Amino acid sequence: MRANVIVFPGSNCDRDAAVALQSAMSAAGNMMSAPKMVWHGDSELPESDLILVPGGFSYGDYLRSGAMAAHSPVMREVVRQAKGGTPVLGICNGFQVLTEAGLLPGVLMRNASLRFVCKDVYLRVERDDTAFAGHYKKDQVVRIPIAHKDGCYFADPSTMYLLENEDRIAFRYCEEDGTITDAANPNGSSANIAGIYNETGTVLGMMPHPERLIDPALSGTDGAKMFSSLVEKLH
Amino acid sequence: MSGAANVAAETPALSEELVAEHGISPDEYERLLKELGREPTLTELGVFSVMWSEHCSYKSSRVWLKKLPTSGPQVIQGPGENAGVVSLGDGQAAVFKMESHNHPSYIEPYQGAATGVGGIMRDVFTMGARPIANMNALRFGSPSHPKTRHLVAGVVSGIGDYGNCMGVPTIGGETNFDPRYNDNILVNAMCVGLVDADRIFKSAAKGVGLPVVYVGSKTGRDGIHGATMASAEFDESSEEKRPTVQVGDPFTEKLLLEACLELMNEDVIVAIQDMGAAGLTSSSVEMADKGGVGIDLDLDRVPMREEGMTAYEMLLSESQERMLMVLKPGSEPVAERIFKKWELDFAVIGKTTDTGHFVARHNGAVEADIPLPALAHAAPVYERPYEKRDPLPTIAAEDVTAPPSILNALERLLGSPHLSSRRWIYEQYDHMVMGDTVQRPGGDSGVVRVHGTNKGLAVSCDVTPRYCAADPYEGGKQAVAECWRNLTATGAKPLAITDCLNFGNPERPEIMGEFVGAIEGMAEACKVFHFPVVSGNVSLYNETNGVAIPPTPAVGGVGLIADIAEMSDIALKADGDVILLLGKETGHLGQSIYMTVMEDRLDGAPPPVDLASERIVGDLVRGLIKARTVDAVHDCGDGGLLVAIAEMALAGKRGVALEAPPEDLPAHAVWFGEDQARYVVAATPDKVNTIKDVAAIYNVPVRVLGTVGEDTITLPGEAPLPLGMLRAAYEDWLPRFMTRG
Repeated sequence: MRANVIVFPGSNCDRDAAVALQSAMSAAGNMMSAPKMVWHGDSELPESDLILVPGGFSYGDYLRSGAMAAHSPVMREVVRQAKGGTPVLGICNGFQVLTEAGLLPGVLMRNASLRFVCKDVYLRVERDDTAFAGHYKKDQVVRIPIAHKDGCYFADPSTMYLLENEDRIAFRYCEEDGTITDAANPNGSSANIAGIYNETGTVLGMMPHPERLIDPALSGTDGAKMFSSLVEKLH
Repeated sequence: MSGAANVAAETPALSEELVAEHGISPDEYERLLKELGREPTLTELGVFSVMWSEHCSYKSSRVWLKKLPTSGPQVIQGPGENAGVVSLGDGQAAVFKMESHNHPSYIEPYQGAATGVGGIMRDVFTMGARPIANMNALRFGSPSHPKTRHLVAGVVSGIGDYGNCMGVPTIGGETNFDPRYNDNILVNAMCVGLVDADRIFKSAAKGVGLPVVYVGSKTGRDGIHGATMASAEFDESSEEKRPTVQVGDPFTEKLLLEACLELMNEDVIVAIQDMGAAGLTSSSVEMADKGGVGIDLDLDRVPMREEGMTAYEMLLSESQERMLMVLKPGSEPVAERIFKKWELDFAVIGKTTDTGHFVARHNGAVEADIPLPALAHAAPVYERPYEKRDPLPTIAAEDVTAPPSILNALERLLGSPHLSSRRWIYEQYDHMVMGDTVQRPGGDSGVVRVHGTNKGLAVSCDVTPRYCAADPYEGGKQAVAECWRNLTATGAKPLAITDCLNFGNPERPEIMGEFVGAIEGMAEACKVFHFPVVSGNVSLYNETNGVAIPPTPAVGGVGLIADIAEMSDIALKADGDVILLLGKETGHLGQSIYMTVMEDRLDGAPPPVDLASERIVGDLVRGLIKARTVDAVHDCGDGGLLVAIAEMALAGKRGVALEAPPEDLPAHAVWFGEDQARYVVAATPDKVNTIKDVAAIYNVPVRVLGTVGEDTITLPGEAPLPLGMLRAAYEDWLPRFMTRG
């Protein structure tokens, strides 16, 4: 598969995302080509089967998280390919960039605690019929880490209605047994939203970092299934 | 050069007040005049004041630092460069250092701590290494002091925001609360980087006529005289020093990191030095001096953030995220292209010369022209008088009140400021970025995998200030021993340490006595463990209105785990496992957490450290881990044996049924005594005899403590303590403290 990882100045999970994808490709015997790192200043983006917008602090997030990156030359190409149906995965800062670029609705605000938080959280899988979640089961509970200061998802009531009604919520923060509670919500997100899809289910933005739990040595492998699903479905 | 005559002719004599304001004593000024052979310009006075400051010159500590062992077969680079380097085998090396940012962090906690983290990371990537792990050691005042909460909040978010943005995991550290830090908090930051052993960059600018290149952020007025501030005591007016605190920009530092590593792939750098304390002055003086050349700077070419800065201000600015490099001639375009790509400033601001002088020109005038040896080597070195105080008597366990219930006492200890969970702190640090954190904060050491290999690097920061205050020598030994133990408990082979020596005013003999004692203790321990010091930093004058901090020689150690499959951690793994104590029990309660929490006093001698038995027990434990005979290991430290057991239970989410302790010691001394050279291990029942047999060979005492299971901690004759209650006490204190009021 041809995968492109977008690198902004200040991206810092670009390597981690590439490693996760690469190891899923190796595990599947798909050694075709390593993920390609694409610099933000490039106005050309090779045609791809998957675009990854990684975590980090693009442009230092000194304006609004993801706001500057959304106006990078390469993002025009990302938007064009996404609208043509190319799957796009935005993780953490990548999610913020995708909302700022208009590929996903809503906004990621400062955490309710006002503090950065890095820890494992439980997510309830809300859909398993996409290329991203094909190796999960609906209502399955997975453990994936978060690491952000601006992860409080907010959207206006009509957008929230659409997201719920069109089944576009990808993951919700939950307890270990899958119940959705305020205590399990690490950042104050509306409806415990941890990730959402676009209308076609081909663009996913999520605050948790699946690329960080891909290996038993890292104390978990729940994240690896997202990459193995992408490799299988998009090969 | 023609500069000197011009400078002298225009220079009026400087007033005594002005000289004193620069922290230069009358004797030192005499020395300066002799070295220079004339009156200095104001700019030159500024340059001397920073280069001769305690912070840059180590004038009070230098003679004693020589006592520390600094070599060993694993050492690639000892003290003297930006950071120390040890071999990890396979052509790889770890680069690491710890540094203080105490004075600025007290004045402005967020920026002070943030720039401390930025500075230590620059020290590491200056050597060509990619930073792969950060740690920090923090000392705050009493929780009841009105400023403590504000300082904790500011320091932690400052460290977090900087390290998180850099994308380097912060994998652990330690935090103490003690009223003796009320007016002088300590912020010590450590960074570990990874480099190919044959691609290490150094700071000696060998060669004449080479371009001197400035890269990174622009220069502003922030941080002027930061090094001088860090070399003086505080008083009531200290808060007015806020403008001397630098302002951090982690985004620019991230770009600087990537740009520097990219340039290091080209064969163009002769020497590189970060602009830290004393900024442009210190970096250029050090590079030229080490290379045995002169250096000529044209300050008109320095990228500026503000207008109208004088040469004095430019040379003394401590604006962050800047680097100075000496390049091979003709390679400027290669370097410029890379720095422009990363949208960083790039300017050729001077050249190396054969004059042996440091020369700075500005607006067509020579503002400074100083022979380099006067700055680098003629700085005064003091053999300050010192007084060691008499050791305190050892307190008998019987003279410390026994609690009505051991398990209730355990709950109180774990719910105290001293032993409660630091989760509120470490969850604000990204400890998983880079995808190689194989042991997260909360255990004995943080461990990161060496990317792309099965090797692990264990890192731990340690010192027990209350022991050091009671007995600097034993405390110095204990700091090194505890670090060695924490690395050992993961299965790592301890390689080397960096240190951060935080003390009061060295001009007072009793403080100097603490310094000397601690160094002697550390040196002794380092020798026994073959655990050399490869880098470090000294922070003196940590006192306010004549009241000093407890001596705090923080130690940051690095150890190598050959295969992370053979790594150990503190979490109990399986019901039915047997837990055992390895090491000798004496029930030492003097200076213990038990004494502090239960009796609100700290008395007596600290636990003595028998280095020979530390070595034997540690080597035994490491062997058991490697042979996979044990499946959980924890060293016995603060709070003693029962606290260690409880921490293992909480981490593993499993209870423990304990057996009655031996009767020759009071029960509270057994459970809460802080005897050194001890580890708690857990193993399946079939391994117990093996452990006993091996320990017998080394003559190490072994005692079966109990069995893993259920979700309570039980002790004969006491009501069971549910883990849930214990966890609540352990987890609640810090978040509750931070959100109160």
